[in-house]
Amino acid sequence: MIRVEHIHKVYPTRTGDREVLNDISFTLNHGEKLGILGRNGAGKSTLIRLVSGAEAPTSGEIVRTMSVSWPLAFSGAFQNSLTGLDNLRFISRIYQQDYKNNVNFVTEFTELGLYLREPVRSYSQGMRARLAFAISMIIEFDCYLIDEVAAVGDAKFHERCEFELFQKRADRAMIIISHDADYVRKHCNRFSVLHKGKMTFYESFEQAHDIHIRNLHTPI
Amino acid sequence: MPLRLAMIGRSAAVQWRVIYALLMREILTRYGRHNIGFLWLFVEPMVFTTGVTILWTLTKSVHGSSLPIVAFALTGYSSVLLWRNMPARCIGAIEPNLALMYHRNVRVIDVFAARLLLEAGGATISFITLSLFYIYIGWLEPPDDVLTVIGGWLMIGWFGASLATFLGALAEKNEIVDRLWHPISYIAFPLSGAAFMVDALPPIAQHYILYVPMVNGIEIVREGYFGSQIHARYDFPYLLGCCVGLSLLAFAQVAVINREITPQ
Repeated sequence: MIRVEHIHKVYPTRTGDREVLNDISFTLNHGEKLGILGRNGAGKSTLIRLVSGAEAPTSGEIVRTMSVSWPLAFSGAFQNSLTGLDNLRFISRIYQQDYKNNVNFVTEFTELGLYLREPVRSYSQGMRARLAFAISMIIEFDCYLIDEVAAVGDAKFHERCEFELFQKRADRAMIIISHDADYVRKHCNRFSVLHKGKMTFYESFEQAHDIHIRNLHTPI
Repeated sequence: MPLRLAMIGRSAAVQWRVIYALLMREILTRYGRHNIGFLWLFVEPMVFTTGVTILWTLTKSVHGSSLPIVAFALTGYSSVLLWRNMPARCIGAIEPNLALMYHRNVRVIDVFAARLLLEAGGATISFITLSLFYIYIGWLEPPDDVLTVIGGWLMIGWFGASLATFLGALAEKNEIVDRLWHPISYIAFPLSGAAFMVDALPPIAQHYILYVPMVNGIEIVREGYFGSQIHARYDFPYLLGCCVGLSLLAFAQVAVINREITPQ
């Protein structure tokens, strides 16, 4: 279970403090899949970083009683000047995984070939997504935090993500952020909208989506 | 209580895993896999120290004692490398590792610890290797009291590590630290005791120079090396106080940075 209690997050800016998240609370149980909709800059990625524990909230508390992945996103988690394989080595060491066993899976899943021996800096967004996704699949978490990565890429990557994440690991909890509303509808069973620092939960996807569309078209 | 101990043990294991992973990652980005690779870790300081030793020998440096210049340069310059390189590597250490902090267990203190271990390790291996080499070819007598040398070396290392952590964390909030460290470390070199014995200074200068923490450490190292050949002057409680004080400041700053950092 993950329990988020009265989270606030404030970032200092040149024009004064900006409250990105304002008093957010929710609980995520085993197996629940929470989709978060919100416009650009609404604080979705920030919220996921806080839930993962990579970053500390300004106030409030997050309690994790299950293992939670790092945020699977386009940026972060990798050192750009290291190669794909060296990053795999690094992450294997941190999470106490056997590097040699994992090389095959990652090589096969990412289909990056010789690129695995090149610095991650030189990867395209899709390549990074594939690497991020593959590496996160070698570690069994109770909850996966997905920031867009699974919703991009080509059809084959989609199929594989579908299989690895939603079939093989159907019993896990997830928090999914995506601008692809259809993706959220298909894979989540709880829906919320993040807008102006507030998080609101809705009974159905349709309700959440309607509000989200309305938010998109209201000036801030 | 046993539960508590087990938890501490688990945390220590995680911490060590993270520091080790960061250590390997630092070695890879810094030295790569070309030519002699990570051997540069201690070959570089060895080249430095050897160069300075040769220069001082050629110019017959005035250091105010009858000690062989080789021994003098080795103890002096190795010590400088120890306390000076750690801050240089910790300032700006966070930025290139921000992405890795997406992993919950990778924290600012681990990034610093990895770099400190690497830097202190390089300086130490260089010091030991050169000592053994010079002793072997007869340029240097074996140390009079190895334990005292180790004690002095550890104190310089502690001072350097706490200073480095403090400045590294501070530099994250204010870039002035980075700008000022270069001139300050440069100016501090002649004041650090590397190129003179405190005993050779006029009494009034002796009093003031001992306020420089590194001077005390180098004097201890030299006492261990040369024994009764010299009269080492140092204030151990003062040096210890400096180290403890700086360590507390360093941990406080790291705690602040931990709260404010945004991984990217």
